[in-house]
Amino acid sequence: MKEFALLFRFPNLDHSKMPPEDYKALARKWQDWAGGIAAQGKMSSNGLRLALEGKVLKPGGVVTDGPFVEIREILGSFIVVKADSMEEATTLAHGCPALDTNGSVEIRPIFVA
Amino acid sequence: MVAVISKLFGLEHIETAEDIVSETFLKATETWEKQGLPPNPTAWLYVVAKQKTLYHFRRNKILEQKVKPEIRSRQQETVDIEEPNFSQENIKDSQLQMLFAVCNPAIASEAQIGLALRILCGFGIDEIAEAFLSNKETINKRLFRAKEKLRTENIKMELPPEQEIARRLDNVLHIIYLLFSEGYYSQTQNQILRKDLCVEALRLGLTLTTYEKTSRPKTNALIALMCFHASRFDARQTGEESPILYEQQDAGLWDKELIEQGIHFLYLSAQGDEVSSYHLEAQIAYWHCIKEDSKEKWENILSLYNQLLLVNYSPSVALNRTYALYKANGRQEALVQAEKLRLDNNHFYFILLGELYKGMDNVKARLHLQRAYELAKTQTEKQGIQEKIDDLG
Repeated sequence: MKEFALLFRFPNLDHSKMPPEDYKALARKWQDWAGGIAAQGKMSSNGLRLALEGKVLKPGGVVTDGPFVEIREILGSFIVVKADSMEEATTLAHGCPALDTNGSVEIRPIFVA
Repeated sequence: MVAVISKLFGLEHIETAEDIVSETFLKATETWEKQGLPPNPTAWLYVVAKQKTLYHFRRNKILEQKVKPEIRSRQQETVDIEEPNFSQENIKDSQLQMLFAVCNPAIASEAQIGLALRILCGFGIDEIAEAFLSNKETINKRLFRAKEKLRTENIKMELPPEQEIARRLDNVLHIIYLLFSEGYYSQTQNQILRKDLCVEALRLGLTLTTYEKTSRPKTNALIALMCFHASRFDARQTGEESPILYEQQDAGLWDKELIEQGIHFLYLSAQGDEVSSYHLEAQIAYWHCIKEDSKEKWENILSLYNQLLLVNYSPSVALNRTYALYKANGRQEALVQAEKLRLDNNHFYFILLGELYKGMDNVKARLHLQRAYELAKTQTEKQGIQEKIDDLG
């Protein structure tokens, strides 16, 4: 089995403005989706949860604050899954809640040292 | 007793300690038969064990001194033989130390459970053999090898150094967890024996809570988990062959006091920010102590299983999670997920698929249940599956 990183990108939604019930439902959706991959024994690492705020360093020492209005989509978080092929890893990415909000999932093989 | 005596004279004398203890009980049976029960049987046992211990080690000392007088230094000769101390405090400390000695990763985990049962819980070899569905000879061999290991690895009867306690505690907790599961899910028909295993696991767990360094949140979580499961012990048993499944249990038979205890320990386990698999399993078991189905109940159980899969994947967790998905989010979603699991050699997998297809596509349901029937290993399980097939009409 190879490992693939699934990187989530989604338009910069302000979660703080979401009604709490919607936010809870969204969190549940993510958890159920990740649970489905884990149930197949294909979750390699739950990755890291990245906060939505942050800073960006650019050439010339220019530091900009997030939210990152310049780039249309922000990198949400990532998980690492186990799959035999790129096709299988892509299949696992289906159903990802990022897709519901016009986001995307980027599937990248992880190099074996 | 074995723990106290071994503590005093070292683990290399563990067999002598066991002999002394069985001699003590033998003497008790003989004496009590003739003279009746003494006013305080426990104290009587400790006094006799103490005498026997002193006698044995004195005799041993004389023997050693006569056989090898030339290599005995003066200093060693003057070493007094301490008498064993059977105070409550010392019993507790010795048991805790013995628990860590027995649950040493150098020993195979099955043997660790066996040793714990023999030495800390006082089980007979035949009882241990029955619990493991094995024979006395195998168990004896296993215990013998384990005791050899205690000797050759020079395992000391003491708590590990502070920085190691956390790591070693994981193994101790795991052994207690296995001991409990052995009792709860054992195939043996002997109900009293099975209940004893669960009670002993709980008792060992509670011993850990008496010492600050081992009374961690995960220790409390494990105890909570055991309390919740044990509360359903009586409701699960009919005295007949197969356990009564959760759905058919009479919630009135659940032990309210154990549930209360479980909630108490669950509360204690919430200190700190560690979430161990015991925490998650204890919370799942807690929700199962509420018989009424509700959306909240199943959403919580599903969420806990999702988290449990991330820390501790196993096919059975995956199956339970899919069942929770069915109860929380509906049949359709659960079916899609269930079809992806591909646990093709697991009869529970096909029982679950049968359950999910039931009432929607009975032909498929029947095929899955028939597959489960073929894969099931015991007659009791096959019988249960046949009933499900007959239910389809």
